[in-house]
Amino acid sequence: MASKRKYRGIDQLSTRDKVVVSLMVIVPTLIVLWLVWLPAIGSVLLSFTNWDGIGPLSGIKSVGLQNYRDIATIYPPFWPAIQHNLIWLAVMFLVATPLGMLFAVLVDRGVAGTRFYQTSIYLPVVLSLALIGFIWQLIYSRDQGLINAITGGTTDWYGDPNVNLWAALVAASWRHAGYIMLLYLAGLKGVDPSLREAAKIDGASESQTFFKVVFPVMRPINIIVLVVTFIESLRAFDLVWVINKGRNGLELISTLVTQNVVGEASRIGFGSALATIMLLISSVLVFIYLRIAMKED
Amino acid sequence: MSLAADPVEERSQALLKPHEGGPQSGRRWLLPVMLTLISLIWLFPLLLALVNSFRDYAFTAKNGYVSWGGFTFDNYTNAWQQADFGLHFANSAIITIPAVILTLFLSCCVAFVVARFSFKFNLALLGFFLAANLLPPQALLIPVYRMFRAIEVPLWISDSGTLLNSFVGLILVNMAFQIGFCAFVLSNYMKALPKELYESAVIDGASVTRQFFQITLPLCRPALAALAVLQTTWIYNEFFWATVLLQQGDKFPVTSSLNNLRGQFFTDNNLVAAGSMIVAIPTLVIFFVLQRHFVAGLTLGATKG
Repeated sequence: MASKRKYRGIDQLSTRDKVVVSLMVIVPTLIVLWLVWLPAIGSVLLSFTNWDGIGPLSGIKSVGLQNYRDIATIYPPFWPAIQHNLIWLAVMFLVATPLGMLFAVLVDRGVAGTRFYQTSIYLPVVLSLALIGFIWQLIYSRDQGLINAITGGTTDWYGDPNVNLWAALVAASWRHAGYIMLLYLAGLKGVDPSLREAAKIDGASESQTFFKVVFPVMRPINIIVLVVTFIESLRAFDLVWVINKGRNGLELISTLVTQNVVGEASRIGFGSALATIMLLISSVLVFIYLRIAMKED
Repeated sequence: MSLAADPVEERSQALLKPHEGGPQSGRRWLLPVMLTLISLIWLFPLLLALVNSFRDYAFTAKNGYVSWGGFTFDNYTNAWQQADFGLHFANSAIITIPAVILTLFLSCCVAFVVARFSFKFNLALLGFFLAANLLPPQALLIPVYRMFRAIEVPLWISDSGTLLNSFVGLILVNMAFQIGFCAFVLSNYMKALPKELYESAVIDGASVTRQFFQITLPLCRPALAALAVLQTTWIYNEFFWATVLLQQGDKFPVTSSLNNLRGQFFTDNNLVAAGSMIVAIPTLVIFFVLQRHFVAGLTLGATKG
């Protein structure tokens, strides 16, 4: 019977097909709506209230921008956290990402043993940042760590608030550079080889070819790499949480939000205001990413 | 300036001359040496952990890490028992396997609709999923935590009686966060499939379900393999949600259970190193055996194939 149906193009749907297609869209949409978008809206709304998390939802009172004012004025860890997030971003952006790009360019030149080089550099990418925190403890620990053993120093690299952010950043860069190398390498492989040929015939040097020809045509991947760097810097959490739960020199916005919910003092409205600040920053990045990623459509 | 010289000839002569640092120059060795050095520096922290995970604590405490000797396998047996890794590996499997399968299945559904049909909402739908993948999870913690605490589920689903502290809750959250990325990658992949396939299927009277299962999914096998490997690694490594949504230590997956090896006042770093190696084994196996898929999965998203 079905085969006798008149052909009306590939978008024709029977009633049953329509039900199937609807389900295929609705089920995943509901899950994401429920667990990502509703909570995002919830965070924003709760940030204008004084809910302590104990009373019923009906007892919530709006307090306007009070939470935001409190954060900026009477919450000591906030400005350090902002500063640490900015330092994190700066190091990833100025050191780890360019390093990853450099590695990609070097590996891409295809000398013998490329596979070994490539594999070693991105090995940390398969490890979780939590695990990386533990592995680097052998290097950073005060009493037995490798650095102190070699230099004879007594610095507690994870504990000392003057240095622990930098110690964490070295470990984070170790992984980030490998990740960027992989993304960038894929981009480099996609560059039309005839472009390089043409540049070479015109007498351009290797570095001229890269900066004047290859880099500009890789604009989309450059922006993706940039946005990935920004987003990862904003989301940084696991590493500092395993080191000391984001205290004592390692405060980040992400750890402040978590401390305000999971800890004894559950200040919902207050924590939500912090979360909303994160959402605001990330929404700009998400917007840029979406425009690039979906441009062709 | 010799006007008579052929410019093409001149250029090809220049090409034959060695460039500084170029493949024909005398510094040909520089690049491999640099890369070898970088590789060794990058491998070093892992090798240090690997070597010292096999060394006796008393020995390295006395002689320091810059020494040789004191080899033992005890750290591994101790770490396994002390951190109860048997239990936690089982937890990781209970969380990771369903989460990966469901994420991939639902992502395929979304991607199929977006790639196969030309509905007006397609682009918005994809954006809706992809953006969700990029939001910082910490910013969503409060509402998710509160909802999970308030939602009661039967005891056979979760012995805590709520979604908080349950594997189901954690699986759902992982799915919600990963569907976006997978749907995006898969929709790009599916869009590259020839439309004629569906044309002949429709003419033959195949339903959408049959087209999905018998045409699209089999053709997406390479992309699915890559994503499965990548998602297994990511969800296995997932730390934040597991730490905050599961409160009983005995429900933690391995990644979150490493803290059990840290004493309150004293930490045996060699024991921690052995524990770290145990936790890293599944991802390292993936790394060495399924490397091609892992890299493909990671780069598919960034470069559109």
